[in-house]
Parts: sequence; C-alpha cells; structure tokens
Amino acid sequence: MGLIQLGRHDKDGAPDVITTTVEKAVNWARKGSLWPMTFGLACCAIEMIAAVSSRYDMDRYGAGVFRASPRQSDLMIVAGTVCRRMAPVIRKIYDQMPEPKYVIAMGSCATSGNIYDSYSVVQGVDRFIPVDIYVPGCPPIPEALFDGILKLQERIMQKRVFVTQPEQIKTRFKV
Amino acid sequence: MHQLVKRVQETLSVGFVGATEWRGDVAVTVTREKLHEVAQFLHDDPGMDFDYIVHVSSVDWPDDEERFEVVWEFYSIRKRHRIRLKTRVPESDCIVDSLTDLWKGADFMEREVYDMMGIRFRNHPDLRRILMPDDYTEGYPLRKDFPLRGKGWRDTFDFLDEVPR
Amino acid sequence: MAFEDQRTTVYKVNPEHPESETLPTLRTEELLLNMGPQHPSTHGVLKVILELEGERLVKSMPVLGFLHRGVEKLAEDGTYHQFIPHTDRLDYVCAMYNNFAYCRAVEKLMNLQVPERAEYLRTIVAEVQRIIGHQFWLGTQALDIGAMTVFFYCFRDREILLDWFDELCGARLTTSWYRIGGVERDLTPSLLDKLKQFLDYFPPKIDEYIVFLETNRIWLARTKGVAVISAEDAVSFGLSGPTLRGSGVDYDLRKYEPYGAYPKCEFSVPVGKNGDTYDRYWIRVMELYESVKIIRQCLEQMQEGPIMADVPSVTLPPKERVFTNLESMIQQFKLFSQGFNAPPGEIYCGTEAHKGELGFYIVSTGGGKPYRMKIRAPSFIHMGAFDYMSRGYMIADAITLFGTYDIVMGECDR
Repeated sequence: MGLIQLGRHDKDGAPDVITTTVEKAVNWARKGSLWPMTFGLACCAIEMIAAVSSRYDMDRYGAGVFRASPRQSDLMIVAGTVCRRMAPVIRKIYDQMPEPKYVIAMGSCATSGNIYDSYSVVQGVDRFIPVDIYVPGCPPIPEALFDGILKLQERIMQKRVFVTQPEQIKTRFKV
Repeated sequence: MHQLVKRVQETLSVGFVGATEWRGDVAVTVTREKLHEVAQFLHDDPGMDFDYIVHVSSVDWPDDEERFEVVWEFYSIRKRHRIRLKTRVPESDCIVDSLTDLWKGADFMEREVYDMMGIRFRNHPDLRRILMPDDYTEGYPLRKDFPLRGKGWRDTFDFLDEVPR
Repeated sequence: MAFEDQRTTVYKVNPEHPESETLPTLRTEELLLNMGPQHPSTHGVLKVILELEGERLVKSMPVLGFLHRGVEKLAEDGTYHQFIPHTDRLDYVCAMYNNFAYCRAVEKLMNLQVPERAEYLRTIVAEVQRIIGHQFWLGTQALDIGAMTVFFYCFRDREILLDWFDELCGARLTTSWYRIGGVERDLTPSLLDKLKQFLDYFPPKIDEYIVFLETNRIWLARTKGVAVISAEDAVSFGLSGPTLRGSGVDYDLRKYEPYGAYPKCEFSVPVGKNGDTYDRYWIRVMELYESVKIIRQCLEQMQEGPIMADVPSVTLPPKERVFTNLESMIQQFKLFSQGFNAPPGEIYCGTEAHKGELGFYIVSTGGGKPYRMKIRAPSFIHMGAFDYMSRGYMIADAITLFGTYDIVMGECDR
C-alpha cells in the first residue's frame, strides 16, 4: 500500500501515524471488500460453493459475502457454460451492478466455450461483457479461484481512481 | 417371438409393422393411426400393465420416405418388463397422437421432442418449445440437416447496442 | 404465454352485513412472479413463473433451457469414447455415476463383458459418488430451507471424498474415470486405506446430520407434508429414484435389473410412506448408510484381476503399454480418431443414479459414431411434475420443491 510510517506508539511500538495517497487507500478498501454475486451457471458453481464453504473459506480474502442481488455486489463470477439463452440475463445483471464492477470468467466454458462448440453455447462470456480475469480449468479447483481473486485484487490496486478514465466502450441494455 | 410382441400382434389386426428383439430390448413398430390404441392397450391391459413411462425420443432418417421415427419406452413397475414402441412419421405431415392422457409424464418429454425434432403431437395440452426459446427461428436442432454450430444465433447479441471490442 | 388473461375475483368486505350491496368491494388479482433464472435457490439457472393467489401457488410453469448445451447433438459428432467427458458435465455433482451409466449403455450395445474386479471397482466408486451426491443435496437443501450448520458439516465430509477422487483420477468433479469395458486405473493401497478410514469415520457423522435436522423445528415444519405426491401419480409422471421411492413405490434398478457388483451385495432399498419431502430426505439419509454397507461388502469380496476387458477392437490399451508398445499406440490412436465399429441397432440402458433413473438410448447405424443418443435425465422428468406438485402450497415451499427433486440443471437441460 506504500505506507510511510511517521511514528510509533510509545508503549508497544505499533505504528500510530501512517501516510498514503487517497487513491491507494480507496483501492485498498475496494480490494478488501469485494462482494461477489452468486451467479452459478453450471459445474463451476459447485466449486464456487465449495470455495465458500467449510474448508476453503473465501472470506479470508474479503470476498466471501455472496450477495443474491446485483445491486449489492461488486464482482460477478461467471461460473459455468454461458448459453445464448442466458446471455441477455447475464448482460442485464451486469448492467444492474453499480460501478466499480469486476468480472471473473471462471472455467473454460465462460472463457471460451470449452468442448461445447454447439448451436446454443456462446463461445466465451467476453463476447458481450468485459472480463477482468480469466480462471482456467474445468472446473477450476477452489485454489484456482482464489488465485483469480488475488490477481484481481492486484489489478484493483493498480487502478487510478481520481483521474479521468480513457473513454471506454459503453454498451447499454436495450429495453 | 417375444411374448409381449405376440400379445400386441394378436390384439392388433392391422397397423402392426414389425417387431425386433436385440440385446434383450423388445421394440414394436406400429403405424401412427394405431399408435394411441396400442398405447392404451399397453397401459390398461392387466397382462401388460405398463404404468411407467421411461422416455420419449425421436430419430431422424433423412433418406427414408417416412422421415421421422418417434420412440416411446415403457416399463411396468409391477410386472417388471420393458417395451419400446415406435412409429414413423413423414416430414410433410409430422404429427402423432399425444400420450399425455395415459402417462402424465409424457407432457414434458413430448414437448422436448417437438422442440428438438419438430414433431407435433395431437391433443397435447401445452405444445411449446421447452429447451430453446419460444422465438427461436432456426429450426429444429436435432434434425440431421441442422448444422452442429447452428445458423449464427449463438453469435448474434441483439440485446447489445454495439458489440464491445 | 399462457397467462395473458388475468383472472380477477371480487370479494365483498362483509357479505353478511345488511347493506352489503352498497359496501365497497375488495378486488384481488392473481399475481405472476418470475423466479429465476438468477436466484440463489434454484440450483442453477432454472426459471419458474409462479401464479399466486395471495401466498398460495395456483399454478407454476417451469421455463427450462437456460443451460441447454446441445449435448445430444454433440454426441452425434464424436466417437463413443469421446462422449465420456460430456457425461461428466451432465450431472456435475455426480460425474462418476453418469460415466457408469454411459459406459454400461455402450457395453450393452457392444455386448462387452466387464471383468469382475472392474465391476467391483465401479460399484465402489459409484457408491462413493452417491454419498457425495446425497451429502451435497442434504447440505444445499438444508441451507435453502434454513438450517445452515448441516451445510458446513456436509461439505466438510464431502471434501474428504473429493480429495479421494483427486487422488484416484486427478479431478474433483469432472472425473472421467470409467472407460468402456472397465475403468481407467486401479485403486492404490493408499486409496484403499483412506476409503476404509472414511467408512469408519462416516456413519457417526450421518447420525450427527440426523440429530441436527430432527431437532430443528423449522426443518420439520418445512418438510413434513410438503410437496406430497401419491404413488400412482408419481409413477404416471415417470419420477424415479428417491423421489419415487418416497411415495412408497419400490423401484430401484440396482435391485431389479442388477448390474455391477450389486447382485453380490446385501443391501436394502429404503421406501417411504407419505410421499412428502420429509420421506424423501429420510430415504436419502438411509441410502447413505446403505452405500457405506455396499462399499464395505465390495471391499471384502473384491479379488485381484484385470480391470479392463481385453477386446482390442473396442477397449483402450493400458496406458503403460501405449508409451512402450507400437501396436498399443496404433490401437489407441485408431480408437480415438475413428472409434470402434459398433453394430447397427438400438439399445436403452437405465442405471440408478442418485437422482433417479439415468438412461441412455443409443441408435447406431454402424461406424464409430452414435447415430442418435438420447439421454433420459431424471431431473428433466422430475421438473415435469413440478406444476402438479406445487399447487396449493405456499410460495416459500417452491424452494423446498426445487430441492426435493435434487435437480441439476446441466442434466435437466443437457
């Protein structure tokens, strides 16, 4: 976080004054409170559930508060095969999430369609929503998902917050 | 000849097309006019007693005159025997009698056959597409002339104003 | 859409009042509620349109197909061996059992005899998978209904078995361990030890789950007498597995069309009485005990022997030989590039997976690829009874209903 320590507490030596940039503080807060959305589509959802439950405990990375509503979440983990029939729903949910929002494409199906090169499967969720991190595997084991989340946190730390972002392609939902 | 086939043939003077027994599976083919009658017999007759529907399926034979084959598989919980009932439908008039009045479970299974193969069922209570969306226009995916990768539906995202990237 | 006309009912506020004609009237309308496809308790991407009168379900219409991946079409495009990984992803909670069902179907088509040790191995692993499946069901169903602790306990024990699978075949969920004509590899001594340890460890844990749930008044109130279906209707709808046995119909393919090593094992098939969610839960928990029993017997009876049928035109050569022996390499290459030559004909083969009867109907016209493959998925057929079973219950019971079938959308939509 690039902390500069100015002094220590007299008794226990713990830092009492730290300085940093506002940007880094904001990013630090964002990365430590990623609230993912329960968006299980297929097989990877089972590993996503396993990642939250007893043994793996995703809460350790600040990303364990799974929300059922897109309005409360920052991170969408697209876990599973994206079928064309589901695509408008995914896009709508993505549009409903408040900024800043991040997307992890979990597993081969969400990344590229995997073995399902058929008439109804979209060949990668990045065809219609921007993806930040791709996690490979079929399905990725929970550790792989953690790695993806840690990578995303690194990425969040590099983001500039208080400058004008380059013009992004804005896509809206037609309704 | 298998005992079940014999009974079906005895009760059915016309409309019996053929029967096979292969690897222990008994299959009876009837004409589609007699289909409901045979099914009723299989369901109601105490000697047959087929009360359990296993699956409804369909096969596409594009080179044949009667192009589609509709397949029902029944099981008897009490008698513990199986039978497969088949009928042929031409492409120009692909409609068969629905068996939903005899087996309630046939409802979803027949809807799936309609969705995937385009065979309609007479007297079906709610014959709509089930796996593909209602407004799907590319045809029936499991027909042999339907390309595996579809006709472009999977790559068109009409809900987007513009394609990202 | 079937619900275009909205029915309205007009109620008098107090019909016994002498001037009831002039009193204001209360108008109620039936409400349509879309549930899913994005909902935490629909076990995937299931959408149901619920027609409500107050909080009562009047009618419900499942909308399937949000995970339709075209597996049946893909099957026609690949060889028989290549379809095994697809079966993993049908019912992804229970991959091993799907492999088993598919391999059995192809073996019936090819008229293959599987060696005895392979049969035992298959049965052991299939029952381990049944334990995993039922644990997953119990955990998620309890979580949906409002008993959080059981979820964590089930997942704790489930992880032990997933690690066991990881050691067995290198994957936790999508296993592809079964092969046509046998299994991919034998159990190592370490795996056998771990399995035996688990068998001693597990039965007290089942007692623990039961204690948790039986003392939970919310669980009892939300399962007893909910989603009742009579035996006659259950048979007519084609339900299978615990969903059918809960209604008191004794239908278990493991007993009545025996396969694998089941005929050599002694086990009982639990059957319910009332046909409600509680009975189905009870059957699944009892099946956990039975599975432990079956695995124990198989481990005792199993003898040394080959694990793969030796029919070079159909079965794959052992992996060690592929790397050292030219003939085996050519055989492997031929089987994967062209497939084996299946005789023309058609078969149906059903297997008792933990959700119900999982069947494969294969039509072959000769050659290396199936001409048509139909998958009889229990989840799909169970959804057919959803409307019938949900009528008259409260809206919150819809969640119980999703759970009680143990549906997995990958299998339902295929």
